[in-house]
Amino acid sequence: MSATESSKAARLGADPTGFAPGRWVGRVLAGAVIVFFTLFFVFPLVWLLLAPTKSTTQLNGLDGEHPLSFGSFDQLAENWNALVGFQDGIIWTWLGNSVLYSGAALVLTLIVTIPAGYALAMTSFRLRRPLLVATLMVMLIPNTALVLPIFLELSVVRLIGSPLAVILPFSFFPFGVYLAYIYFSTSVSRDLLDAARIDGAGEFKVFWRIAMPLATPVIALVGFFNFVTNWNNYFLPFVMEPGSRKMPVQVGLAELISNVPLFNPTTVSSITISLPQLALATLIAVAPVLVIFLFSQRFLVSGLLAGATKE
Amino acid sequence: MGRQRVAKRPRSRNRAQTLIGYLFSSGYGVLLLVFGVLPMAYALYLSLTKAGQFVGLDNFVKILGDFRFFPAVQHVAIFVAIWVVSLIVLVVVLALIVHAVRVRWLSSTTRFLFYIPGAFAGSAGVMLWLFLLDPSVSPVSVVLGQFGFTSFIQTVAQPNLPVIFTVIAFWTGAGGWIIIMFGALNNISQEIMEAARIDGAGPIKTAWYIQIPLLRKWIAYMAVISLAFGSQLFVEPKILSLASRGVVPKDYSLNQLAYLIAFGPQGDFNGSAAISILLLVVAMALAAFFVFKGGLFERD
Repeated sequence: MSATESSKAARLGADPTGFAPGRWVGRVLAGAVIVFFTLFFVFPLVWLLLAPTKSTTQLNGLDGEHPLSFGSFDQLAENWNALVGFQDGIIWTWLGNSVLYSGAALVLTLIVTIPAGYALAMTSFRLRRPLLVATLMVMLIPNTALVLPIFLELSVVRLIGSPLAVILPFSFFPFGVYLAYIYFSTSVSRDLLDAARIDGAGEFKVFWRIAMPLATPVIALVGFFNFVTNWNNYFLPFVMEPGSRKMPVQVGLAELISNVPLFNPTTVSSITISLPQLALATLIAVAPVLVIFLFSQRFLVSGLLAGATKE
Repeated sequence: MGRQRVAKRPRSRNRAQTLIGYLFSSGYGVLLLVFGVLPMAYALYLSLTKAGQFVGLDNFVKILGDFRFFPAVQHVAIFVAIWVVSLIVLVVVLALIVHAVRVRWLSSTTRFLFYIPGAFAGSAGVMLWLFLLDPSVSPVSVVLGQFGFTSFIQTVAQPNLPVIFTVIAFWTGAGGWIIIMFGALNNISQEIMEAARIDGAGPIKTAWYIQIPLLRKWIAYMAVISLAFGSQLFVEPKILSLASRGVVPKDYSLNQLAYLIAFGPQGDFNGSAAISILLLVVAMALAAFFVFKGGLFERD
């Protein structure tokens, strides 16, 4: 091989658009990995979206149905009616509970969390640093670790079964305080606040008129994360709210399993849940969160990054 | 007189700010005490007492002697090991590949698709996987058949569970981590990447010698968080247990066991508190290690 030829080959190898065989094998491999994992993440979702449009036999694929085929709108309506008719529409009760628990917690979280983040970032007081360290610590402890201790505590004050037993723990959101703290300390300038003070604004006014309008992004971010986490929480409400009329939908969903003959042939109840109906219930249970994910993904992504990669 | 006011003002302003600091953080401070510190303290108290009497480590001894305890520890340990290792390897590889995609919309769409299953965190995600794991309805029953599984009970046989829980947890959780790793990769300066390319490093060498070492901090963060969360395993075995009529045992994980001991026929809150304390110690140790040694969150 002559010198010019080999240098040409080297150049081709380094060129990202070149045709060096090694590079191409790598690319095809990388592409295959991406395609495989995209299928892995997306295929179950698509299948679940289609499942409620089918009858049980269609879902089983007994009549040669393709797994990704669409059943019919009639069948969807039938499944819907059966599901909302189940135990006099208990799914609405569950959804209502979820809205109550997550909604009330959302309001309380914002009222408590945003000022706390402001205080930690913009003021100085003796307990500031201990509070900050405690926040970081608790933020890294999975919330499931505290479920049984909180249950034991709340059963002393006889709050178990009350909506407060879920709403109050849901409102304790150290990650949100951390996000607000980071936001105020990096994105809101102290000089701006000082300028307002020199103009004669009191501390409350400085917070309410200057800092709050600037904090809209972080308010929305904390709100979204809090709502999504709480809506999907299973363990805490499962322990705190015994009795099927008090369950949020995530817990109710698991309850439905015992009425599915396939999973529980001994079920005594004459009204049972079919698998397409269970699939529909699964979709309904996550619908609000799924909508948030679909329409505010950029926002959530920026939040994930702010929470994890800020230095 | 004017001078006096000027001299006085900063001090009163500081006092006002201190006051605001306490006032604004008080609501959160109360919640932190009531739902963070107090439950831990109360669980610790319960774990060291029996009917109000101090009994030393008796509850812990009893728990350690419980025939269900070590199997549960083993189950959780095996799951966590498989999960954390596969999460780290796959998330880093996928983030590197997606980051290498030059076509912008393709890269952002892929990340988005990876992330959506996060909406199913919790019981809904497990529910979806119930369908996928049951050969009679699963759209991938062919794949299950390849492994020799022809019924749901076969699929969820005990030896398969750590892998099944890993798959479910990966399906719902990996997307978020891939986005975080992607962000971290974006933070690596263009000059370093350019220099590596000029030195003739291909994508694999660049990844191995440049990108992955620079991701170390975030990989550690992911490992710590996933270790802590993995040890808390509850909803996945709980729902599989419901659906398999006990083929997946009710006391598979430590949190399930702690729940059973408190709510089962034993009604033993002290024993349950002891398990909670053991789990909390693990979680706290990981958190403390990270806050004080990792330095990731040090700001001031």
